[in-house]
Amino acid sequence: MSKKLVKRSPMAQFAIRTPYYVLTLGLAIIFMYPLLWTAIKSFAPQGGSIGQPEGWGVGNYETLFNYQAGIWVYLKNSLLITILCVVFTLVLSTLGGYAFARFSFPGKNLLFLLVLSILMVPYATLLLPLIIWLKNLHLAGAGAILGGRLGVAIVLAVFQLPFAVYMMRISFEAIPKEIEEAALIDGCGSLGALLRIMLYAVKPGLITVGIFAFLAAWNDFMVPLFLLNSGDNSPMPLAMVNMRQQVMGTIDYGVTEAGVVFLTVPCVILFLALQRHYVRGFMSGALKG
Amino acid sequence: MSSAAATPVKPKKRLSIQRRNLRGWGYASPVAAVVLVFFVGPLVLMMYMSGTDWKMAGNQGTNFPDNFKDVVSQRQFWPSILFTLKYTVIATVLLIGLGLALAMLVQESSRWRGFLRTAFLIPTSVGLASASLLFYALYSPAVGPFKGILAKFGVDAILGTSWGALIGTVFLIVWRYTGFYMLLLLVGLQGISGDLYEAARIDGASSGQIFRKITFPLLRPSLALCIIMCVTGSLLAFDQFYILTKGAPDNSTITVVYLLYKLAFETKKHLGMGAALGVIILIALVLINIFQLKVLRGDEDE
Repeated sequence: MSKKLVKRSPMAQFAIRTPYYVLTLGLAIIFMYPLLWTAIKSFAPQGGSIGQPEGWGVGNYETLFNYQAGIWVYLKNSLLITILCVVFTLVLSTLGGYAFARFSFPGKNLLFLLVLSILMVPYATLLLPLIIWLKNLHLAGAGAILGGRLGVAIVLAVFQLPFAVYMMRISFEAIPKEIEEAALIDGCGSLGALLRIMLYAVKPGLITVGIFAFLAAWNDFMVPLFLLNSGDNSPMPLAMVNMRQQVMGTIDYGVTEAGVVFLTVPCVILFLALQRHYVRGFMSGALKG
Repeated sequence: MSSAAATPVKPKKRLSIQRRNLRGWGYASPVAAVVLVFFVGPLVLMMYMSGTDWKMAGNQGTNFPDNFKDVVSQRQFWPSILFTLKYTVIATVLLIGLGLALAMLVQESSRWRGFLRTAFLIPTSVGLASASLLFYALYSPAVGPFKGILAKFGVDAILGTSWGALIGTVFLIVWRYTGFYMLLLLVGLQGISGDLYEAARIDGASSGQIFRKITFPLLRPSLALCIIMCVTGSLLAFDQFYILTKGAPDNSTITVVYLLYKLAFETKKHLGMGAALGVIILIALVLINIFQLKVLRGDEDE
């Protein structure tokens, strides 16, 4: 196509390109519109809003911050669950990926397939037995460790494993063997080689796995909905949905919009900052799929 | 899968094979332990629960196959399956079609296309629960920006009719996930050698012919991956309906997973029935995916 265009006059090119720019700009606006709308609307006056009935301001955010136990409780829950999930995912997938990429041991392929098969089992169906199962392990229900938040983080990490282990396996496989052998000859054990040399080499893979685990844990709604029975341990998405349902008679849309903004801003910033790694994750996933 | 390609062991190291095996297991053991304890264990328990009279209070003894009979005889069982299938077909066709269209639109790299990619991708970083709350406000007859336009057409609430609720949810999903499929297909498109297009153009092929004879066949593996992911995800839809439509109006937007939730926690409060429906969903999903793999792979050989 580009060859043909070169021969056309600038005017003709302009005439051809304009509809393209109009169309694509329109599409970009459609995709950006919902987020921009909420962001603006959360500061705007609106009927039914307790915090911001008239005039522009941060009233909706004040309502949000003072909701029940205070937004900080839910924010803390979200951070705790997210950090634990990211740490578990990174540690498990690094060790597992290293094992799958660099060692051959009996049962290796079976274990790898078992990890991948987590993808095939629906989230929702596994959560029912997990309620009972985790109760017996003191990871859910009354008196659970960390009020059940540890259990939620573990379950979220388990669902991250297929992608994370796969990603770390191909990251380790991509490192030339010589680097590891040089370290081994220099007297490092395999753990020393892993910690001192290999981790630096797989850093892009770790970042990708970390972003995906963060976004999944930060945003997840269903796992805490099934596993947590006390509202005080809820992470933010669950608290947000409960907040809306409790004021059912007159829905406070303002606070909902503020909550969506509050939940989404970290994700969008993380995405924009690390877009390259995010895209890379898909690339490696799709190449072998 | 690449898992069959075991790392070959060099002869000089053969003496230490056992030690290396042991090390390998050592590194793999945390994953193995977590998968056994938090995946295989619960999976077995689910099978057991599905044949058990397991209420909120606890296990009251086995009752196989009563749970399955009870689930199938639920008034909402068949409607929820039909609705889930309808939603899956609509969502998959739209997501893959639009994803492919967007991927082709932003395929070549330029500053403008880079901006477009970012614009299409930003929604994929928004959580599904947040996105559902966002669209709940967006569609609201009280504060939504479309209330004026809709009123002119005599619609006061988008989510008020069963078709409106379905279309509204599909629109939310398209907004949230199209970028995701665009990216997967973009990777597939970039794997196709530019020489092929060049050669086709020199031979005088039209752009329609190029799409049908080059792009489409070579993109098939990526398309297959996208379709399988999209069908699986849509069949298991829950969050968007639970938050956006709450199954309304008249229980017309209840998916099978939503029904599972209702049986376990709302209407019956019967975990055994929920687990039975879980087993049904699991088996159906495995069968559907085996079928999809066969069809999508079979085509590839032709």
